[in-house]
Amino acid sequence: MPTVTVTVNGKSHAVDVAPETLLVELLREKLRLTGTHVGCDTSQCGACVVHVDGAAVKSCTMLAMSADGASVTTIEGLANGGSLHPMQEAFREHHGLQCGFCTPGMIMSAVDIVNRKGSELDEQTIREELEGNICRCTGYHNIVKAVGAGAKAMKGGGKSARAAE
Amino acid sequence: MSATGIGAAVRRKEDQRFITGTANYTSDISRPGEVRAWFVRSPHAHATIKKIDTKAAEKMPGVVAVLTGADLANDKIGGLICGWAITSKDGSPMKMGAHPAIAADKVRCVGDQVAVVLAETLNQARDAAEKVKVDYAVLPSVVDPAKATAKGAPQIHDVAPNNQIYDWHIGDKNATDAAFASAKHVTKLEIVNNRLVPNAIEPRAAIAEYDQGNDALTLWNTSQNPHVARLVISAFIGMAPEHKLRVIAPDVGGGFGSKIFIYPEEVVALWAARRVKRPVKWVSDRSEAFLTDAHGRDHVTHAELALDADGKITGLRVRTIANLGAYMSTFSSSVPTYLYATLLSGQYAIPNIYAEVEAVYTNTAPVDAYRGAGRPEATFVVERLVEVAARELGIDPAELRRKNFVKSFPHQTPVIMAYDAGDYDASLTKAMEMVDYRNFGKRKAESERKGKLRGIGFSTYIEACGIAPSQAVGSLGAGVGLWESAEVRVNPTGSVEILTGSHSHGQGHETTFAQLVSERLGVPIETVSVVHGDTDKVQFGMGTYGSRSGAVGMSAISKALDKIEDKAKKVAGYMMEASADDIEFKDGKFTVKGTDKSVGWGDVTLNAYVAHKFTGGQLEPGLKEGAFYDPTNFTFPAGCHIAEVEIDPETGKTTIANWVAVDDFGVIINPMIVEGQVHGGIAQGVGQALLEGASYNADGQLITGSFMDYAMPRAGDLPSFKVDTTMTKCPSNPLGIKGCGEAGAIASPAALINAITNAVGHENVPMPATPGTVWKAAQRAVMKKAAE
Ligand code: FES
Ligand code: FES
Repeated sequence: MPTVTVTVNGKSHAVDVAPETLLVELLREKLRLTGTHVGCDTSQCGACVVHVDGAAVKSCTMLAMSADGASVTTIEGLANGGSLHPMQEAFREHHGLQCGFCTPGMIMSAVDIVNRKGSELDEQTIREELEGNICRCTGYHNIVKAVGAGAKAMKGGGKSARAAE
Repeated sequence: MSATGIGAAVRRKEDQRFITGTANYTSDISRPGEVRAWFVRSPHAHATIKKIDTKAAEKMPGVVAVLTGADLANDKIGGLICGWAITSKDGSPMKMGAHPAIAADKVRCVGDQVAVVLAETLNQARDAAEKVKVDYAVLPSVVDPAKATAKGAPQIHDVAPNNQIYDWHIGDKNATDAAFASAKHVTKLEIVNNRLVPNAIEPRAAIAEYDQGNDALTLWNTSQNPHVARLVISAFIGMAPEHKLRVIAPDVGGGFGSKIFIYPEEVVALWAARRVKRPVKWVSDRSEAFLTDAHGRDHVTHAELALDADGKITGLRVRTIANLGAYMSTFSSSVPTYLYATLLSGQYAIPNIYAEVEAVYTNTAPVDAYRGAGRPEATFVVERLVEVAARELGIDPAELRRKNFVKSFPHQTPVIMAYDAGDYDASLTKAMEMVDYRNFGKRKAESERKGKLRGIGFSTYIEACGIAPSQAVGSLGAGVGLWESAEVRVNPTGSVEILTGSHSHGQGHETTFAQLVSERLGVPIETVSVVHGDTDKVQFGMGTYGSRSGAVGMSAISKALDKIEDKAKKVAGYMMEASADDIEFKDGKFTVKGTDKSVGWGDVTLNAYVAHKFTGGQLEPGLKEGAFYDPTNFTFPAGCHIAEVEIDPETGKTTIANWVAVDDFGVIINPMIVEGQVHGGIAQGVGQALLEGASYNADGQLITGSFMDYAMPRAGDLPSFKVDTTMTKCPSNPLGIKGCGEAGAIASPAALINAITNAVGHENVPMPATPGTVWKAAQRAVMKKAAE
């Protein structure tokens, strides 16, 4: 079995994996980081989004071996110790989640949107950028609010995920 | 109102684990020594199984066992059942075909399970499953409910000739026919209520573990009602006695009805775990979910509305064919009958209603309750009829509605329901103001200047929630009672644990239930925890569906809190040497009436346990009370949704320009959570009206079997919504709650289709109104305009 060396949430791991292992399987099953979810088998739902070297990736669509040497941030690594990332805080404040299953992927995508598009996001941009994330519970209304507010908070001194990666 | 009591928009307590990735869903659980299960499923919609050869699969690496329907039958594991008995017009019982957890001699839909492979890893199980050889004799299949009962249609279950499960009716046929005979105007519609796939984002999953020493089984599953699952799996399937079976539904990622039901895979996981004496883990993938989760809706309806010369509705007549799929799912029979036809009076005083419903088998996935369950179908029928009648009569649709609204309560409809409170004028008026109905014409003209079509549509819906009075549903065929239980455990230090039989899978019970406790006992919500979803912790309960957890579940908590308060007053009385009758309890403080003597909540709870101030003869120590609450009526949330759309006739794209929802949910515990429920419901209704539709080809292959082919609403498909409420208290429960979980999904499809048909100027717009459908419909409007 090949060995993958990967830094996850700042910690380095060398893991033996079968070659067909997906990044999400490595995270969930080998490292027991179960915050990253699997909601589909066609790369559509975005429940599995993590950051690989600072960019959002659907971890169900990437082989673990392709992450060799990479730095991965998952939802578990987003908060800075005891204090939540501003995007996490915004999802709670604006009720951007109900069952919570899409939430880790939503938050990771949202942080990535801010990293790419800046912190002043209008509603239409947010809605278009969330194309790859499906939520069945919230009707997106409060997710859109949360992303907008989280983006502003990230600018206002909140920790940027990219900086941490 | 306290900062954390009833009516406060308290931020959710449960969110911490969801936003940090530390929640615990079934698929997150891993048991030592577990094997992974993968099912071999039928690629055919209808076939007899001639032979299954598992030898090659058994030799594959990592395989622990390959089990078939024959093994299941040998071990005398019973089949799945439908728990609601419906009686046909002619008095005959519904025709329930056998539903083994693994098919033994015949498969009846694509995805039917024919074997299960257990292996050390998931990929090993999947690889081995490909080596299971099944010899099928393919039979002709039928997927269209309207064709299922035709002469010569393939026969799906021997017990159900012509695939008819029941032919049921409700209401007075003769009186209704007479109303139509003397009507001044009759509006007629042919309606297809499209088939939907619930698609909770967490796929179903089950982990079963066998404890040999105690001969006991534990099941972790994605259930909205673990106690009902335990009861059915024990009493009907015969897996294990109830006290030897523990069912745990941990964090569950959405349900919308689809996780109410007992599914074959969890039965198989339990049975297989006992056979191989290792934990068995099964997690559905999305493709399997499309094939095997119970679908929703799928009605074909002919509907008619009779009106007199004044525009008063005098009768409503409906004939519906309901597709229940290949097997009768757990509550499937009740959805197109008692959850549908009993709501056909809508918000209107209609003197005569007659509905006939024929339920049929087809070679498709089972169909059961999906958010709203029957009530969206009823609302769609009523609200389309009323809107179209208004157009035909040249009356403003709001005015025709007002003219026919129920205005005095209680109001007995001709179809069982007794509406207890409401103010339908108020919600309609408020919604019209919010959408600025007066200036719609101006906005329409503006759209037309840009070459666009604009339309507006109403839906003044009603639903029956707070499911349900046990005796009433029992008399209608339900196999269970629909009360709820609660236990309040107060700890010596004053913190409180609420054990509830309802289950939260997104609804925020850990917060709202704590708000009720905070309001009643004056304790901070941080000191309240809510325990649910484990049959070893909560004695019994009926779970969460039908917008029942507030109206029924919280009523049970409220009853238990009454008892806690009574007992705590007695303890306080002994502490202050006063009679319990003289103790007042307010804001967490016990005071002797007319004095300044008082003790705090924490002192009383501690004294309840140290028991130093009273003898065993005077009072039992401890502070723990339970209650069962059985509702005395359904609750009747109602309201008005108005959709305004702009359509591009060049592309057929429908843009939702405006969405207004004004709902009367009775007393609201947490407005933030309630609004979230409304948003989510509307999104599912918009999905039904514009995007979603499960589609089978003639051979019974699901051609919308993934998120690539089945259009789930995405953020870009939806607008932000304008949501508000009006309030009439529910008179039948102690908190005045009506329930809010399904309203959005119930109200919205009719509002949207009414808006689109208004824009294009004719009624022929089926759901889902995709751009292709709307483009065709819009061309008629464009051509008409050109001709003018
Ligand atoms: S699980 Fe990766 S996109 Fe759905
Ligand atoms: S919160 Fe349930 S899927 Fe988004």
